[in-house]
Amino acid sequence: MNTEKPGTSGLVLNEPLLWEKGRKGRVGFSFPLQDVPSQALDEEFTRDDLDLPDLSEVDVVRHYTRLSQWNFGVDSGMYPLGSCTMKYNPKLNESLAALEGFSEAHPLLLSDLSQGALRLMYELQGMLAEISGMDAVTLQPAAGAHGELTGMLLIHAYHKSKGQHRTKILIPDTAHGTNPASAALCGFTPVVIKSGEQGILRAESVAELMDEDTAGIMITNPNTLGLFEENIHEIAEIVHGMGGQVYCDGANMNAIMGVVDIGSMGVDVLHLNLHKTFSTPHGGGGPGSGPVCVKGHLEPFLPVPRILERDGRFELSDDFPHSIGRLHTFYGNFGVMIKAYCYILSMGAGGLKRASQLAVLNANYIKERLKDVLHLPFERPCMHECVFTDRYQRKYKVTTLDMAKRLIDYGYHPPTIYFPLVVNGAIMIEPTETESKEEIDGFIDCFKAVVKEAEENPDLLHQAPVSTRIGRLDEVEAARRPCLAG
Amino acid sequence: MRYLPHTEEDIREMLGAIGVSSLDQLFVPVPDQCKRQEPLNLPGPMNEWELKEHVGNLAGEMLGGSKIKSVFLGAGSYEHYIPEVIPYLLQRSEFVTSYTPYQPEVSQGTLQAIYEYQTLMTKLFGMEVSNASLYDGATALAEAVLMAFRVSKKNQVAVSKLVHPHYREVLKTYLKPTEYSIIEIPYGPDGRTDWEAIPKTHDIAAVAIQSPNFFGCIEDLEPFARIARDEKALLINCFTEPLAYGLIKDPGSQGADIACGEGQSFGIPRSYGGPGLGIFTTKMKYVRSMPGRLVGKTRDVKGKRGFVLTLATREQHIRREKATSNICTNNNLCALAATIYLASLGGSGLRKLAQINHDKSEYLKQALSEAGAVIAFTAPTFNEFVAKVDGLSRRYQRLLEKGLVAGLDLSPYYPELKGHYLFSVTETKSREDMDYLVKEIT
Repeated sequence: MNTEKPGTSGLVLNEPLLWEKGRKGRVGFSFPLQDVPSQALDEEFTRDDLDLPDLSEVDVVRHYTRLSQWNFGVDSGMYPLGSCTMKYNPKLNESLAALEGFSEAHPLLLSDLSQGALRLMYELQGMLAEISGMDAVTLQPAAGAHGELTGMLLIHAYHKSKGQHRTKILIPDTAHGTNPASAALCGFTPVVIKSGEQGILRAESVAELMDEDTAGIMITNPNTLGLFEENIHEIAEIVHGMGGQVYCDGANMNAIMGVVDIGSMGVDVLHLNLHKTFSTPHGGGGPGSGPVCVKGHLEPFLPVPRILERDGRFELSDDFPHSIGRLHTFYGNFGVMIKAYCYILSMGAGGLKRASQLAVLNANYIKERLKDVLHLPFERPCMHECVFTDRYQRKYKVTTLDMAKRLIDYGYHPPTIYFPLVVNGAIMIEPTETESKEEIDGFIDCFKAVVKEAEENPDLLHQAPVSTRIGRLDEVEAARRPCLAG
Repeated sequence: MRYLPHTEEDIREMLGAIGVSSLDQLFVPVPDQCKRQEPLNLPGPMNEWELKEHVGNLAGEMLGGSKIKSVFLGAGSYEHYIPEVIPYLLQRSEFVTSYTPYQPEVSQGTLQAIYEYQTLMTKLFGMEVSNASLYDGATALAEAVLMAFRVSKKNQVAVSKLVHPHYREVLKTYLKPTEYSIIEIPYGPDGRTDWEAIPKTHDIAAVAIQSPNFFGCIEDLEPFARIARDEKALLINCFTEPLAYGLIKDPGSQGADIACGEGQSFGIPRSYGGPGLGIFTTKMKYVRSMPGRLVGKTRDVKGKRGFVLTLATREQHIRREKATSNICTNNNLCALAATIYLASLGGSGLRKLAQINHDKSEYLKQALSEAGAVIAFTAPTFNEFVAKVDGLSRRYQRLLEKGLVAGLDLSPYYPELKGHYLFSVTETKSREDMDYLVKEIT
């Protein structure tokens, strides 16, 4: 067993807040020539003070370079955050998204002047339809939760077109918290379905709750326990039988590309996360992109504008009378779409399937190798992530949080913790396919070392992390007396 | 494939440890009827060099193969110089390849940067609290209106017709399945919102205006603040061009309860309309009704200053359907770009740059007017204005041939404004560019 920690403590510099440095009158910006006469704005509208710190270019560069060094990213090391798919973000795609033709394009240019962007978006829609097995795609939603909202609006519009007003929606207890929040925005009351003992939904539980006042079901497959919802087909039949629609949260698509046909699962609406499955970086929380894929009967309701193709030329059209309308100022996060498009073309059909296979391989390997030391609540083959708990460690007064923090000292980003809520003390590990066997072996060995420390010296874990610039933070105080600006 | 590190030997060993014989066997839990029968039908795989060429060609098709030299379009997306330090620092992979800062000890870089962003936004807009950012200007306005409904428990909102037409469309989409309704406030002959047309029914949750508005005119917030006060409604001031606030009065000091809008002008490329930056600021008394992430200051176990995500009890992972919004991310890298941009400019620089924008726009306005165009509205403007130019629609195509995108035709948005164009002028336009436009257009 190799427990030599990849983590060490190098020279990390302290750095004050922006306004604690700089001098009035300094500037870090190169101004263009004043080649026209200056004209004062009416005093009635002019502000007098503007209290922002003045800094030089060097001040700014050093400040943000130091700040960046306080972060851990995928490029720093393994980042096995469950349900987040922290895979490697290809550098080539960053450069291609920054090409001037794209980055300097104004969104209201006539379509004749935007053919490259429109073609890319049109082709990306086609690729996502093929990968998902669905019929039509909108790229407009700016993030996963925005995609969920779009999906709910589509389902709402669909029922309305049939003269129905349905008020409820079924959501499993393992769902992402955004699911009920998105449904509530459309006026749907979420009805919680309990998952079965095996961690997946039972068709009978759905049948008990589904009725003609229920708009449909929001299901995540693979679910947040990393398990495939094996009864999805039967569930979809029950929901459809009552006139409902099946929404699939595709956050975990990375497990099933090229393997599963979501269309044939009985799903009517699906959202994808380009920032998870399709390798675009998370950027510390965004920007993402959350395209929505639908079956043919929902296509008329897709957001506008949509891209039309005519003899190899592309144009935008608002002329879809049943559309739910617009969801973004322009067309969504085009800069993110370019990266996903590049990723799909780099991988090809075979590469995408291989990525899913290896993601599932890595997760099952971790599950097998850690299950002796960590409690595994569902002993069955997993998909791209596996969920453990801290049950074996509680007798040493060590919690999931303690182990997570100690992993930081070993040089790893912790897994997702305390989610899904249905598992007490959950530790949700998603390695992704871009981690090699050595990386994963190193992670497993270090996790085992942490477990050993929990038995022998639990205080080490309570105090962790100790090798970071700052230690555990007082979150209670932060919420009790919020200080949200300096 | 260079992103996939597994050798055949690795795979064999790992399958052995799991106790299955093939990669396919890992998918036993997937029922056959869900399985794909045929391989995916996708182009590629392309190697690095093929992809560069292919995508380079697509980028090269933009702007008609770059025959366009000068674009006078604004309307929610603005051409501003982006200092090289911004893309350079934004490429630091510790910023790019990290997730939402759930583990604060290894995310202090992101957290302190957001805290700085929140602080700069409150100062710029004269507000007390800013969230960590939303998707874009339109969704920020929609969230602001939803927040006003939560706060006031009323179900109508009065929205100026001079709020960006796309923002109003997005708001309409968000409100469609709800019982909330929108009252449109018309505009007056001076190009500003006609505050006298707001119904005094005490049923309004919020009054939403934009300043500078879609015609580029600077609104006088005072009467709107008065009406909002009388009606017990919130005043929402949105914007598409935040740079204006380097020069014009901040909305907070004029009585706005929420100031929100698009931050693309602050160091973010236009990128065909996204990603942008949804700025959202309000007063401290509304903080618990506010959508979006928040970063707060605190101390670590040794008393050292640090930052965490806070007030998460508003958010969906705890509150689920009772959350203040379904948003669970911010547009973090874009917020970081805006922070670095404002840090580079500073207070003095922002003022100077805003003044240059105003000066250039005034120059073009006068030059067009002298050449026979009619400046449609008399209210003061920042860096955009509306002009009626006879015969421009006929000549538009010819101007494109000469490398000019001569403003935005307003008639699709405001059918009553046939022949009217919205011109945007920023620091990127030289006097020469503007003189050329005037010469060719009139």
